[in-house]
Amino acid sequence: MKQLSLALAAVAAFAGVAPAQQLTGAGATFPAVIYQKWFDEYHKLHPGIQINYQSLGSGAGIQQLTAGTVDFGASDMPMTDEQISKLKVKALHFPTVLGAVVPTYNLPGVTQEIKFTPETLAGIFLGAIDKWNDKRLQADNPGAKLPNDNIIVVHRSDGSGTSFVWTDYLSKISPEWKSKVGASTSVSWPTGLGGKGNEGVAGTVKQTPNSIGYVELIYAVQNKMPYGPVKNSSGAFVKADLASVSEAAAGAARNMPADFRVSITNAPGKGAYPISSFTWLLVPTQIADANKDKVIKDFLQWMLTDGQKISPTLDFAPLPKEVVANETKQIAQIQ
Amino acid sequence: MHLRWRKTVNAVMLGFTGVCTVLTVSILFLILGYLLYYGASSLDWNFFTKLPKPPGELGGGMANAIVGSLEIVGVAALIGIPIGFVAGIYLAEYDDKTFAAWVRYVADLLNGVPSIVVGILAWTLVVVPMRHFSALSGSVALAFMLIPIVTRQTEQFLREVPMSLREGALALGASKWKMIATVAVPAGSKGILTGMILGVARISGESAPLLFTALNNQFWGGGLSQPTASLPVIIYTHAVAPYDDWHRQAWAAGLVLIALVLTANIAARMVLARGVSVPRG
Amino acid sequence: MATLAATPARAAKTASQTGDLIARLLALGFAALVLLIAVILVFALWNGSAPSRHSLGWSFLFSKNWDPVTEKFGALPFIYGTAMTSLLALLISVPLGVGAAVFLSELAPPRLSNALTFLIELLAAIPSVIYGLLAIFTLVPLMRRYIEPFLKGTLGFLPFFQGPALGVGVLTASMILAIMTFPFIISVSREALLAVPRDQREAALSLGATKWESTWDVVIPYARLGIFGSIFLGLARALGETMAVTMVIGNDPSIHASLLQPGYSIAAIIANEFTEATGAVYLGALVELGLVLFCLTIVINAVARLLIIATTRKGSGRP
Repeated sequence: MKQLSLALAAVAAFAGVAPAQQLTGAGATFPAVIYQKWFDEYHKLHPGIQINYQSLGSGAGIQQLTAGTVDFGASDMPMTDEQISKLKVKALHFPTVLGAVVPTYNLPGVTQEIKFTPETLAGIFLGAIDKWNDKRLQADNPGAKLPNDNIIVVHRSDGSGTSFVWTDYLSKISPEWKSKVGASTSVSWPTGLGGKGNEGVAGTVKQTPNSIGYVELIYAVQNKMPYGPVKNSSGAFVKADLASVSEAAAGAARNMPADFRVSITNAPGKGAYPISSFTWLLVPTQIADANKDKVIKDFLQWMLTDGQKISPTLDFAPLPKEVVANETKQIAQIQ
Repeated sequence: MHLRWRKTVNAVMLGFTGVCTVLTVSILFLILGYLLYYGASSLDWNFFTKLPKPPGELGGGMANAIVGSLEIVGVAALIGIPIGFVAGIYLAEYDDKTFAAWVRYVADLLNGVPSIVVGILAWTLVVVPMRHFSALSGSVALAFMLIPIVTRQTEQFLREVPMSLREGALALGASKWKMIATVAVPAGSKGILTGMILGVARISGESAPLLFTALNNQFWGGGLSQPTASLPVIIYTHAVAPYDDWHRQAWAAGLVLIALVLTANIAARMVLARGVSVPRG
Repeated sequence: MATLAATPARAAKTASQTGDLIARLLALGFAALVLLIAVILVFALWNGSAPSRHSLGWSFLFSKNWDPVTEKFGALPFIYGTAMTSLLALLISVPLGVGAAVFLSELAPPRLSNALTFLIELLAAIPSVIYGLLAIFTLVPLMRRYIEPFLKGTLGFLPFFQGPALGVGVLTASMILAIMTFPFIISVSREALLAVPRDQREAALSLGATKWESTWDVVIPYARLGIFGSIFLGLARALGETMAVTMVIGNDPSIHASLLQPGYSIAAIIANEFTEATGAVYLGALVELGLVLFCLTIVINAVARLLIIATTRKGSGRP
């Protein structure tokens, strides 16, 4: 008898009997830290529900959503009209948080914070500025003892919404970048190493002296990596934080399109951080499984209320109130 | 004088070969040493029982990856071992020139296919129709890798069983399949079992075929039809990430994985070396 | 008497004949499954790559461009990366591996030789991802801090050793691949060397050759087919390696002259981009890369097997 019950317990564990509901989502690494936190908290509140989120990159999120292999996607780049046309089931964009993409670097021995301008960032990533003590970098950072070493650029090797935000910004402030490279989740990088996911880029920059990469703010903060302020369109050097990111979104919040697809890079505002972005959950309008349908709607409600309170703890700015109101209305469109 | 030169060359070159050997053998010990050094301290109760925490938070473990690996490899073995075993019996026991030659060739071919390509196959066959990443697709991928190994090993060790044993059984009136089941297979069982153990050890370390089949999971996998965490995949994701805590856990997971794989290998080889279970001649 | 005894005996005989038939068919079926798997594999690769084959044609193999936005894909950087890292790996591991094999077959006493070979063969059982884990945290810093600066300092005038010392890159990937191919080269070469008949060695020694000369001029050439076989075996393994390579190669789809620069391999890009390939052509291009890799490894494995079979036939000890 004892052996039988042991065997049954083993089989039950094996078959994963415990969770009543498992959802799978995939996509952006940009908000992965806050998403994982949310899904963990939500699981604590609802032990029977597990939302498994795989941070594979925005490109993967869009692709897997289109292929129908995941229940929802996530992306920092709003889907293009062409991508939307390929969907078999229409999907809705739900902004979740506001985040920032920061230039993080690894300069052993340099304690002073390095300031970046649109010109220097474009130059570095184009490969035109290839040494740290280049005149242009030095000019923006008079007190810093920049080494005479090559700048090792680190970019994304996978299809990335973070890449889109970064290249979107570079395209707006550098005509050369716009014509040579352009803005997308996957571009032909003029130079540099590729890391997989925000995690991979952060990991590579952390391990490689004299390197610079672009990551979502929380990756730099959690790993105690330095990141520099960027000069915005008003001429002020602004460091990414809750206030500067929220200010960047302020204008967009007032004029948010109905489908929530918008770019807020290089936003006007004295204290606005120029490389900010919304990030979206991509949810199908029609969900066959009634249980999953309920879970997703409930989660979205939770995300827009309690979830927003958690965002600041991980340096993500909460959504503006107008956006939250409109999104709550959009939840009703999911069937 | 010329002789002295030749003698010097002799000493140097032979010494060089010794150095080569020392270098290559020491790599094994270096690998084990690093894993022990970095990983042993992280092997605590938490590691084996807790689920991973969200990125950036300390603590947590890899319990789901360990169980997930057991699940995926277990199902793969369930699929792959019977097929490989019986196919191997066919190759060894039934006299069939052309077809058997083809099967042998194809089995060796499949042995050489890169594991990522096997992943593509499993994705096409299981993930796409199911419209879901799943542990099952990962198991199918690993089973595809296991089958050729078990087939060839089974065949090889069955061939080493002397014909006299078989003929003896047949002479006593046993039918062919009875002879195979009660005489040939038991006689070759040590080697056959070794082949199975080595095959399972090999697939339990594979990461590439699971990347887009079983995917990954922060929670316990919800059965065969859900994405499931596995040790090799989680080592990969944690190694390339920036979090020091994740690195620590990756080392620990690496230590666990290598302990399992090496133990299986050493055990299998010792079993083999200890006994040919049949007297020769 | 004949009729009485015949019936149960004949019944038993037909029963066992049926049993045998079923058993044979069952076994045949399972063996056919093995064939089926291979057939499905080829079919899946061929079918899956159709969108990109039709859209890009043969230029796929020669183009350097990998651009998901315009849907123009080229396999050349990955073929280059795969080939380059594998060949470099062999350049490092063949001298060391054959050297060790010589020691193990010619110099070491049998018990030591067996014990050491056992240890070396254990290296083959270590999973690729663990090699990658070690490479990231031990090999890469070693390369970046000591080996690459050393190479730049001494051989920096060559185009192969230019550019910053990144730690990751083609050279590092080659080194970890070299370590992974050691066990294959050593194990098979040692077998080939052991298979050389004793009288060959003795003949050389009796003519006054030193041990080394006997080895280098007589034994190794005699075993050369097997040694080549081991090289091809190592090559086949190296070509298909995914995890260790993708963790240290730098993931840059371009062709650089310098070995210190990042690169990309076929297996690595499939691993990285498969889940995010949007559109039939993109996905088809990745599957087509898989097809290319598949064909490469088949050819090389076939050559390896032929060479090894030829050796065992030749060096079987008969005078």
